[in-house]
Amino acid sequence: MKEKNLKYRLIKDKIFFISVVLMSFVVAVPLFFILYFIFKNGFSILSIDFLTKLPAPMGELGGGVLNGLIGTLLLIIMASIMAIPLGVSVGVYLSEFKHDKFAKYVRFCAEVLQGVPSIVLGIIAYLWLVLPMKSFTALAGSVALAIMMLPIIIRSTEETLKMVPDTLKEASLSLGVPYSRTIIKVILPCAFNGIMTSVLIGVSRIAGETAPLLFTAFGSPFLNFNILKPTESLPLMIYKYASSPFPQDIEFAWGVAAVLCIFVLALNLISKGVAKKWKVQF
Amino acid sequence: MKKIKENIFSYYLTFVSILIVVLFLSILITLVYQSFPSIKQFGMDFYTKDVWNPVSQEFGSLSFLVGTLITSLLAILIAIPFSIMISIFLGEYFKEGIFSNILKSMVELLAGIPSIVYGIWGLFVFVPFFRGIQMYLVQNEIMNIHPFGRGIFTASIILTVMIIPYAASIGRDVISMVPNDLKEAGYSLGGTRFEVIKKIILPYCKSGIIAGILLALGRALGETMAVTMVIGNRNVLPKTIMDPSSTLASVLANEFGEATNLLHLSSLVHLGLVLFLTTAIVNIAGKAIINRGFRSG
Repeated sequence: MKEKNLKYRLIKDKIFFISVVLMSFVVAVPLFFILYFIFKNGFSILSIDFLTKLPAPMGELGGGVLNGLIGTLLLIIMASIMAIPLGVSVGVYLSEFKHDKFAKYVRFCAEVLQGVPSIVLGIIAYLWLVLPMKSFTALAGSVALAIMMLPIIIRSTEETLKMVPDTLKEASLSLGVPYSRTIIKVILPCAFNGIMTSVLIGVSRIAGETAPLLFTAFGSPFLNFNILKPTESLPLMIYKYASSPFPQDIEFAWGVAAVLCIFVLALNLISKGVAKKWKVQF
Repeated sequence: MKKIKENIFSYYLTFVSILIVVLFLSILITLVYQSFPSIKQFGMDFYTKDVWNPVSQEFGSLSFLVGTLITSLLAILIAIPFSIMISIFLGEYFKEGIFSNILKSMVELLAGIPSIVYGIWGLFVFVPFFRGIQMYLVQNEIMNIHPFGRGIFTASIILTVMIIPYAASIGRDVISMVPNDLKEAGYSLGGTRFEVIKKIILPYCKSGIIAGILLALGRALGETMAVTMVIGNRNVLPKTIMDPSSTLASVLANEFGEATNLLHLSSLVHLGLVLFLTTAIVNIAGKAIINRGFRSG
């Protein structure tokens, strides 16, 4: 009877193992189908023209995504300019004054901000910038994206700085280096790769965002470098063209989706490479 | 002189941190202030009525609240078994090695694909496919539904794929942190791996896994683009889970740009406020559970 019991338990163990493996790899199914259809539908339209031309009017063949590409880059650069210095500074504050009571509130705010749905940030940017200025602007879109990016950078700066040993700081301070220079010249360079990784992750997160741009950057069929004008972005183009009734527009949307996917996944890969190559090690 | 410079640096750090708190509070205050006309006009009716009519200026969000809750909860329910299995795979069976790397990259890829790409895939690939299944069910009289293809269930399936990576990555972190002596104690008593996982690892990680599920729920509640494209966008209380419906986020995406009169705008901001508060509460609860787990464990 004992013998049987043991066998039964071992079989159960095997069955469990097999089901873990099978259920884990079920995620491969949607991933495969998503990538397959993007490349099948998207790649046929990709060409140099597609990347360097402005879009044709809705319903017509041809055209490219240049305005969306430039717009996305413009939005990302502006959001980065706003979010990176602020985020890194707050991260330094949180790691330097970690036992302060106020740090707890700051951390709390950053954590809640990280969970705010992107569409709500779009509403905020609309109410703060679009309504008073009476125009959709790239500026409003990038503010929404910057608020999205901020908590990501704050958190990973703090996490990376935690890994830099205190002995480094103490060595620098004991040589008479002022505190501010110790942070800027000793601690931050050590944490550079961690911060870089978080920036890239943040950028790849906001690069694919559509919801906060719907009623802030809004989109435009023209090439635009002015931050006070409506601006196109790749995700917005996908949304717009996918809602069109013409089959050639839908094909166009798949093409934009392929471009966006390559862009975002490349950023992810680069950030992984950065994390691996310059890992904080002591 | 030097002393002053040092102080300036500290003041600067404190100042930017105050900015974050100010940013957070001003977001909250803006939402509350702008939704005030709607709060004053409708009161509790806003949450208990299901008419949403910009023409007659009547706004009640019940159908969106129901739509949001059903889609997210359904997605979470489907996602839970998969994400726990992935967590066990990555946190216990294959901590490193080629299999772990393959699965990890796949999960990361899924997390990296933008929401709008899930949307276009859902709209042009999954919806027609699912409509086929529904047609089959209807024709063989297994189910009495309208074969729209778009609807709550479709949105839930897409959401499931989108949130599995979040729940799984948190689950993996907590499972891989179970102390070895606990597991070894289990093995030394003659337990099989399955028994150790079931009786030791999972109970030990319970709070972490729940936290992961809560954080994934927060994601699901606020997910906009993919859901907007496949849920069907109908402002009526859904009768079955195959019906087209709307969520808070999808209504915002569809109507916010076109809202012209004050009450409509204010009601939409009111929806945003509800969305903000729900996701904030879910996230705070999840983070609190994680933090408590770490301290005691």
